[in-house]
Amino acid sequence: MRESCEIPAAEILPAAEALLARQGIGAGADPPARVRALCQEARALFGELARGRALWEEISAAEFGALFAGEGRNAPETPLGGIYPRATRLVLYLVTLGPAIGARITELFAGRDFALASMLDAAASEGAERLERRIEQRFDEGPRQRALCYSPGYCGWDISGQRALFARLRPGEIGVTLRESCLMEPLKSISGVIAVGPPRIHDFAPRHSFCGECRSRNCRERIARILEA
Amino acid sequence: MEILEKIAAQLQQGEEEEVAALTQRAIDAQIEPKQILDQGLIGGMNVVGELFRDHEIFLPEVLLAAKAMHAGLDRLKPLLEAADVPSRGKVILGTVQGDLHDIGKNLVGIMLRGAGFEVIDLGNDVSPERFVQAAKENDAAVIGMSALLTTTMPVMKQVITLLTEAGLGSRVRTIIGGAPVSGDFAQQIGADAYAYDGANAVEQIKALTV
Repeated sequence: MRESCEIPAAEILPAAEALLARQGIGAGADPPARVRALCQEARALFGELARGRALWEEISAAEFGALFAGEGRNAPETPLGGIYPRATRLVLYLVTLGPAIGARITELFAGRDFALASMLDAAASEGAERLERRIEQRFDEGPRQRALCYSPGYCGWDISGQRALFARLRPGEIGVTLRESCLMEPLKSISGVIAVGPPRIHDFAPRHSFCGECRSRNCRERIARILEA
Repeated sequence: MEILEKIAAQLQQGEEEEVAALTQRAIDAQIEPKQILDQGLIGGMNVVGELFRDHEIFLPEVLLAAKAMHAGLDRLKPLLEAADVPSRGKVILGTVQGDLHDIGKNLVGIMLRGAGFEVIDLGNDVSPERFVQAAKENDAAVIGMSALLTTTMPVMKQVITLLTEAGLGSRVRTIIGGAPVSGDFAQQIGADAYAYDGANAVEQIKALTV
């Protein structure tokens, strides 16, 4: 079943600490007042400009298998390749903050308001991830059936997978289009599949060819989050 | 000179109006534009870069200083152009094809401008052909490439290959950066340098263009 919804900016407004963390300012740090003021200004702009929208559609494992194979450009072995056949539910999704916030970031950079532009960019990235987690949580069924998002461009799922995902999900209705290079417009959008199943299906050792090149390793945090919960 | 020290000090505080006014005062006092640039604006930004490298200030403070530097540079630019003062070199910057994450690349551009380089920013999702063409057209000294997705890292190698095929491999130096990139990867693909953050990118590019 295909569904969409709007989520008010206030519900996905990032915490000031999260914005500061994205600027390299950790919890124990004491940034000067002008940096805190920038953070508050960015949060206010986020509230004014972000238009959270989400679209999702359930898909069978067989259908997803074909979609995931895409143009045959995935890494030979991927975590998702082992996860999706064991999932009890698979849901294609796309979330976006809409075009206004990205346009303002561009304007701020062009107007040399670099610090505010950078802070607003951090707010938008954090906000898009909060929006994604909101949709993920809709499908989380408790300790025995955990939901986790996986996106093209990460963990061996080639970015060209966006074409098959877009063909199926048709996110034009929420204003998201795909560039030739498989990047989304507006930029502050996230797409992928939510895999729902027993927590252990999401667990994998980071020993894939691409893991050596990945320094974020946020997969470990994600997996720990659902295994510990 | 006291006024140049004041420019540098106000710039470090991110006081754009003060920097613009002091730069104008220095111009009115007939101080050489190149001297105002080197000792006032770039001098101030160099200190900011060092403080950031040493974790004594935060990124937003660097960016506020960069804005103040531009306010001063606006006053100086017509005079620098009239005097035909050369930049430290031209740097082509871009996030590689298939990748949209350009905030880190933007920060590198801001800091490079602060260090006196001319930056031609091609934006994000930049094809190998565009990188090489821009380097040719602008007679650039350096191409800087950024990627956040592991899946787009191979594009960096394509740029270097294309640059070599175009006969520019020895003249145009290459530097890469971005979360999944490392010094080892730079070596593997034949890039001249790897930078782990914006301040380090400036240091590396200065070394490449000596």
